Amino acid sequence: MIMTRSVIELTPTAEDSRVARHAAAAIALTVAEAMIPLPLPGVKPGMANIVTLVVLARWGWREAVWVSLLRVFAASLLLGQFLAPGFFLSLAGACASLLVLAVTVRLPRRWFGPVSHSILAAFAHIGAQLAVARLWLVPHDGVFYLFPLFASAAVVFGLVNGVAAAALLAELKNVNDK
Amino acid sequence: MHGALDWRALLRPGDWGVLALGLGLCVYAGFCLWTGAPSSLIVRARGEVFIEVDLNQSRRIEVPGPLGLTLIQVEPGRARVVADPGPRQYCVRQGWLTHAGAVAICAPNEVSLMLSGRGNDYDSLGY
Repeated sequence: MIMTRSVIELTPTAEDSRVARHAAAAIALTVAEAMIPLPLPGVKPGMANIVTLVVLARWGWREAVWVSLLRVFAASLLLGQFLAPGFFLSLAGACASLLVLAVTVRLPRRWFGPVSHSILAAFAHIGAQLAVARLWLVPHDGVFYLFPLFASAAVVFGLVNGVAAAALLAELKNVNDK
Repeated sequence: MHGALDWRALLRPGDWGVLALGLGLCVYAGFCLWTGAPSSLIVRARGEVFIEVDLNQSRRIEVPGPLGLTLIQVEPGRARVVADPGPRQYCVRQGWLTHAGAVAICAPNEVSLMLSGRGNDYDSLGY
């Protein structure tokens, strides 16, 4: 009997490698962030979104979707949160943010930069999370009582992440121009 | 590395608008939710405090008055008069009270309800 070894060749395209590299950076940031003790469940900086914002600005919405969703799945596996409530909150937040980003990315770039994208996506994120929490985890309007707190976190971290993404983009532009 | 980058230079004109909008929403939401949310219900009968209960769990309260029993229903964050022996039923038709300072008065039976909360700083009889 002759054994024929069948070799499946997967040649990653340049885009695949880019997505993988960016997703890896985002996953590392999420895992690092999970080690920071947080005063309130649900309020976190979301530093991985800096990567999403940079990818969105440089490579477009489709790649940002890949990076963001890969990050949600892989990070939840690494943190042992896969299919736990936290995973669904994070997935809902990511999906809502991506939908909002699909719209905001079309805003005139002269006027609206990564900071706008970041803050608006952060609001979409908390909106979706509160909706999931209200419908599923805490069937009581009490969750909305925390809205001002989450909204403040969205503004602060949205601004910080947006500025970080804008700074990175400026830096990358300098490097590429040289 | 070029010199210290001023972070404000990274914001485009519209970004400031979005930032202001976000901050405005925070303040507005905080004002609406945190000053208006009631924390307890005060029931008065014949002008005196009959009972004061927290609004964090459901319960029913029967308050005796000169005409009979006024039945009050309490749910998390709200309260209403379910039944009252008064002729015009104003306090029953008023429905749920949800804001701090909101009042329902069943005058014939001399029973009144008032929601109180941290931001109980306006006179609800005025609205």
